[in-house]
Amino acid sequence: MLKALAARLRQGRRTIAFPDPAPSLSDRFRGRPLLDQAKCAEPCSACADACPTDAITRDGGELRLDLGRCLFCRECVDACPEGALSYTHDHRLATRGRADLVLGSGAFRLATAFGEESRRLFGRSLKLRQVSAGGCNGCEADVNVLNTVVFDLGRFGIEFVASPRHADGLLITGALSENMMLALEKTYAAVPPPKIVVAVGACAISGGPFLDHPEVHNGAQDLVPIDLYVPGCPPHPLTILDGLLRLLGRM
Amino acid sequence: MTARSLRNGQPVPLDDVPVLGVEEFRRGVLAAVAGGARIAALFGHPLDGAGVGLIAVLARGNEGTLSVSSTVVVDAYPALTPECAQAHWFEREVAEQWSIRPLGHPWLKPIRFHPPYRAGRDGAPGAAGGSCRAGVADFFRVEGGEVHEVGVGPVHAGVIEPGHFRLQCHGEQVLHLEIALGYQHRGVERALLGGPGKRTIHYMETLAGDTSVGHATAYCQAVEALAGAAVPARADVLRGVALELERLANHTGDLGALAGDVGYLPTASYCGRLRGDFLNMTALVCGSRFGRGLIRPGGVAFDVEAERTGELVERLERALIDVAGAVRLLLDEPSVQARFEETGPLSAEACVALGLVGPVARACGLQCDARHDFPSGIFRFSQVPLSTWHSGDVFARAYVRWLEIQRSAAFVREQLATLPEGPTRVERKPLGAEALVVSLVEGWRGEICHVAMTDARGRLSRYKIVDPSFHNWMGLAIALRGQQISDFPLCNKSFNLSYCGHDL
Repeated sequence: MLKALAARLRQGRRTIAFPDPAPSLSDRFRGRPLLDQAKCAEPCSACADACPTDAITRDGGELRLDLGRCLFCRECVDACPEGALSYTHDHRLATRGRADLVLGSGAFRLATAFGEESRRLFGRSLKLRQVSAGGCNGCEADVNVLNTVVFDLGRFGIEFVASPRHADGLLITGALSENMMLALEKTYAAVPPPKIVVAVGACAISGGPFLDHPEVHNGAQDLVPIDLYVPGCPPHPLTILDGLLRLLGRM
Repeated sequence: MTARSLRNGQPVPLDDVPVLGVEEFRRGVLAAVAGGARIAALFGHPLDGAGVGLIAVLARGNEGTLSVSSTVVVDAYPALTPECAQAHWFEREVAEQWSIRPLGHPWLKPIRFHPPYRAGRDGAPGAAGGSCRAGVADFFRVEGGEVHEVGVGPVHAGVIEPGHFRLQCHGEQVLHLEIALGYQHRGVERALLGGPGKRTIHYMETLAGDTSVGHATAYCQAVEALAGAAVPARADVLRGVALELERLANHTGDLGALAGDVGYLPTASYCGRLRGDFLNMTALVCGSRFGRGLIRPGGVAFDVEAERTGELVERLERALIDVAGAVRLLLDEPSVQARFEETGPLSAEACVALGLVGPVARACGLQCDARHDFPSGIFRFSQVPLSTWHSGDVFARAYVRWLEIQRSAAFVREQLATLPEGPTRVERKPLGAEALVVSLVEGWRGEICHVAMTDARGRLSRYKIVDPSFHNWMGLAIALRGQQISDFPLCNKSFNLSYCGHDL
């Protein structure tokens, strides 16, 4: 007992403040990409050619990057001779709409809050069931981390529950393998309405690295309606936390 | 010659791999396994004609050598499994991928539930009603008045990957556990054919997200060997450091999760945080907590300057003090000892027979570790001592992890203090044609085995991936026999196997 108390004192308080002050991340952390349209010279397509998931396109002279497909690797950054693409340290990436994930020349639209009724229902207590459906377990790992003392998800009233019947919604990871179709369908049906769905990671949004494999369904959106998209491969725990709190109108 | 001998990361011409008659192939594999070799890989690959090539890669850890032999089968061949238990899962995979029937296989069922890769074939031999729907199989059933069945998954209670477990129980006692996987199957091996392409390295980093460094290193070793590329010393060291940081993070997380499963919350919460501290050290090196983007063919994509090295060492020392405190608290606690000791025991004999690897095998007293037996990269020059324990139970699996944490930390400290100067990457070169290479890396779960084969144009004609979990899932099933069903989560966590690494 005394040893446990001594250890407790030595370990100290480890819960980080959130959202203020801004969290400190590795100086090499790859957050929201920055596109410098002025530097991008047609007809070059080096970045698009290098992208492993075809996330980069050019439409009427506008360079576009789909965060829903982006693996946050450095292939495009290294390929561009003009330095038109770079990564910022901004971890805030979640959106409400699929189209909002496409970066272009316009302003990036971060997730907005639910309507008043949903905020009344979920704003102070949100219970989620996680479904892992054909990914690499990276997203699951960084979702799980939110339950550690560092992020202490419980203080925001958000909790992962054991059964879909106890949940207000699903948090889905993975490209939706054919082998998980039925299980996801049943789990979604088991959540009592009104219910929400959060798609975490490139796989759940677009198929990610497994995009267009016949074994997967390119993410969950054709099976269930999605309320929040959290891009990344995997997204940083802070990106997920930021997205959830935005949805609840608490950011 | 009945098998071609080779070392880890040594390319050999495909023509050097002997093609034997089925009987001779079987006799060779069985004799080698009886003589102490372990099956590192056993897989099919498509041939131009009607048949499928069957390749066996055997590992002799005490000699540090590998051997490879092959045969050709068309529809069926006499299974190895009745005489060699460790072939069991491999032969089920061969049957499913290539629609070949291993005759006399006692437990022939799909392992991933997908249609066969061979054109014109549908349904794997052994699939229930020819179906390849996940979880539809002829599950083993124990009959009797007081016998009941408990089904778990594929959607679990925690934030975990999907898998289906069926437990046959008599009261609280588990008579048998059957494990059905495949829910994470996303067709990676199939997609790798014809590569390397621009997605290849990303497939490697997402085979098992928590082993991104381990699998990416195994892949890079394989293609570097095929291309005849020599990795700079500094890159070898940084790869080794990243591999050990991955081990530190996962072992620490596992000890915390084991503490959580027996309700010992102090260590559960401390280790949860400390695991993240190790992940953040990897992020300090390359920006990603999982080491994404770090390991690339030819070397590493990020260097560490002196200041960063200093910061790494400082963080390592601070984390280690806290891990030591948290783990001592756990292992000294009598109520924890009571739950860990003699729970989920596995004998060394069972471990050898099943061909188990990694901390699970070392917790049964087996001296096996690819860093020691088949060293590659920096491990050729700087050895990490083997960590073993003899009791084969949950305690042993926890204790071996703690021993390995200390030794990995010592390794990282030593390597960062003597980081060689020089470049971190060399240019990529095309792969040699018609060659085969076996690449082994000791990931935190155990031996990662990649086998790459190229065609006449130097493209990948087959890329076989064997995650350590592929060997070890059967070990969990056996360890659970005779145990209380309430100890299933604890036993499962003490193995902590990968679903995605298995399902591919």
